[in-house]
Amino acid sequence: MESIRDKVAIIGMGCTRFGERWDKGVEDLLVEAAYEAFEDAGIAPKDVQAAWIGTVFSGLSAITLAPLQLQYIPVTRVENMCATGSEALRAAAYAVAAGVCDIALAIGVEKLKDTGATGVKGPSIVGDNQDASSGIGPGYSAPASFAYMATRYFHDYGIRPDEGKRLLAQIAVKNHHNGSLNPKAHFQNELTVEQVVNAPIIAWPLGLYDCCGVSDGAAAAIVTRADMARSFRQDPIYIKALQIAVGARQGAMRQDYDFTHIEENVTASRRAYAEAGIKDPRREISCAEVHDCFSIHEMIVYEDLGFSPRGRAREDIEAGTFTLKGELPVNTDGGLKCFGHPLGASGLRMMYEMYKQLQGKAGPRQVKNPRLALTHNLGGNAGTGICSCFIVGNEK
Amino acid sequence: MVGITSFGVHLPVYRLRREEIGRMWGRAGGEGARAVAGYDEDPITMAVAAVLDCLKRTGGEADRLFLATTTSPYREKQAAAVVASAADLREDCHTADFSGSLRASSSALMAALDAVSAGAGKSAIVVASDMRAGAAKGSLEATLGDGAAALTVGTENVVAELEGSYSVYSDFTDYWRLDEDRFLRSAEGRFIDEAGYFPIMERVIGGLLDRYGLKSGDFSRIVYYASDSRQHGALARRLRLEKEKVQPPLYDAVGNTGTAAVLLMLGAALEQAKAGERILVVGYGDGADAFIFRVTGEIEKFRRIPLVSDKLVGKVFVSYGQYLTWRGIIPVETQTLPERPPLSLPARFRERRAISALYGVKCRRCGTPQFSPLGQNIRVCVKCQAKDEFEPYRFSDKRGTLFTYSVDSLMPTLNPPGVNGVVDFEGGGRLVCELTDCIVENLKVGMPVEMTFRRMFVNRGIISYFWKARPVAPA
Repeated sequence: MESIRDKVAIIGMGCTRFGERWDKGVEDLLVEAAYEAFEDAGIAPKDVQAAWIGTVFSGLSAITLAPLQLQYIPVTRVENMCATGSEALRAAAYAVAAGVCDIALAIGVEKLKDTGATGVKGPSIVGDNQDASSGIGPGYSAPASFAYMATRYFHDYGIRPDEGKRLLAQIAVKNHHNGSLNPKAHFQNELTVEQVVNAPIIAWPLGLYDCCGVSDGAAAAIVTRADMARSFRQDPIYIKALQIAVGARQGAMRQDYDFTHIEENVTASRRAYAEAGIKDPRREISCAEVHDCFSIHEMIVYEDLGFSPRGRAREDIEAGTFTLKGELPVNTDGGLKCFGHPLGASGLRMMYEMYKQLQGKAGPRQVKNPRLALTHNLGGNAGTGICSCFIVGNEK
Repeated sequence: MVGITSFGVHLPVYRLRREEIGRMWGRAGGEGARAVAGYDEDPITMAVAAVLDCLKRTGGEADRLFLATTTSPYREKQAAAVVASAADLREDCHTADFSGSLRASSSALMAALDAVSAGAGKSAIVVASDMRAGAAKGSLEATLGDGAAALTVGTENVVAELEGSYSVYSDFTDYWRLDEDRFLRSAEGRFIDEAGYFPIMERVIGGLLDRYGLKSGDFSRIVYYASDSRQHGALARRLRLEKEKVQPPLYDAVGNTGTAAVLLMLGAALEQAKAGERILVVGYGDGADAFIFRVTGEIEKFRRIPLVSDKLVGKVFVSYGQYLTWRGIIPVETQTLPERPPLSLPARFRERRAISALYGVKCRRCGTPQFSPLGQNIRVCVKCQAKDEFEPYRFSDKRGTLFTYSVDSLMPTLNPPGVNGVVDFEGGGRLVCELTDCIVENLKVGMPVEMTFRRMFVNRGIISYFWKARPVAPA
């Protein structure tokens, strides 16, 4: 089995401002993200030979990409829940690695605010038929399905709920600080721990600020063969690993699934480290964008991805390990919490930040001398998850 | 010997104090409380709970299920069949709805006794369940209550043997509803007593005593329906019944539960009864049905678990506002949460065993019980990946523990905040499901839970019933 490592490079990226973009449609967001990427790569739209568009709710087929007026090239719509944007990038990179095209576009978009509803659709996105269901399955909200992890984590590690809430609050405070340095983020305000712990409860023990933004947005990447990359730009970013691991509802069906870790996260990250040749992720990875849909998940991801030893994320949170100035900055752009979470765009938005960091173009959020960066998504929830774990670097 | 062989009760955990109703309307509300069906209960779900309670007591089977109710959620579609499938009764069980009259429960009991006496059936379940509605500000909203009671009639292990019965009919109009009526209509109280209820009760009891050559003094316990406590007491005085022999109607604690009321009283009487005692039971409505039961030595086995008394006291007192919204009497603000996908009858048909009695499968190779969270057919084992090597496995009768949970402000419910969580079953298997009838402050990881059949939501006119977990009493 071959690896994707160093076969494909990203030579251009674009990302819209995320947020409540009431006056912009899917078409505006797609054009905004794609043209920033074209310009960044120094290519014209006609240079794109194939495209993958990722969206969960905002379009059914490849025709969703029509606003770009690409001329009869192959286009495919992909969907993989919260990993949808990452899935588009994976498809485009694999096509380039297969040698069937030299320049491909991966783009993700979501107009969540057009639904007129608060939050994201429920059970339908975890595999039930969206048009016709038997109605079985609890009406639990997405925050509740992650609150299960907080309840169980606090229980297993003997953390009192009020202590636990203060601990998780530090993650929201960190991400809000990072978001405040980012003009494209949905939320750009700082928060205090007090504000977080006193916010209205959404799904006990998670409060308002433990939950990410529901946003509109789009992000795009142009990929090409690694050996051609430097003909486009001097600082291409090389793909080191693209891994996806998908659960089969074990968390909802098996008593041995513990809700203090997510096996999909562990599996995808271990495969990604192997593909990228990483032995000690905490030391070797310079910065990461992980799926902080809910604060508890960012905490569990620290452990699942091997950034913190199992059961000891608390010490790292309290030591500031994952802040901008810490040992391993995580969610430098504000994360899903602050940058926002338009499902189909999120994976590519994370890659946009890692790409800028590795190029040294992250402005006030720039981490020192990055070499390897990681993006991570989790669609669904524990045992019913789709995890993507990608690694990129600025050296071949 | 033909008679009663088991007994079960379901009373909702919710109570509405009559004082609270009075407060709403600026007047004295009276003593006690009425039972209020939870927002996710209806006469079908309450009947299921009563039947399961009844079957659990004796572990019996049944070849008849007669459901009595005046408030079936369906105008057309048999409620008894829904109850039978949730109780996992065999397919050749004869099911029937008895409706249209408060006497439906005693009529169903009469039919069950007749069927078993005639040898047409071995064991018949009679279940009565009602949640009648009185209009706001009227006396009925305070005196009515919601609940269900079930009993089995059979020939073995009989706790109360049938010694005789007598019936009269009457087209006297005291309480009624037309198709378009949401609330009960009633005639004037004095007229009901003097022209209807008293004479009908006198005729049925007198007729019964005459037929069998008995006097009221030959009975140790006298159980009869009345529309409220006042009427109940008035009949006892009129018939000069010995006060200590008259079974209290339980109306102060739960209210008048319609067709279920006389069965609930019978249950309370059986709970106290001793071998050899004779019990007179009279159901009323459009006439009356009277029965003589003689308690047998088998009654002793009923002592282990209380029949009725442990359920009379509710766990949660609701506000008048909660009562109004749960009943759909006043519309509530529509939530801005995403809607559930539309219900599909073909999908519900395919998944009918999962829906009705929470059937999953058990792997023949590795022994793991499992349930698909979507109710889908399981083809490949979640543990060992063996394909198509399963036997059916029922989860609805298994107890479990709460592995983890959340108190979910976003879950659509008429009793916010919603509670949902992960249940691990004794013997294996896991289910992510909603919780109901729980006190949020008492929730904790590891608490014991049991499954209860509830109404989830209504979509395109289809009532979606499914199972929820509830704390095992007392919690």
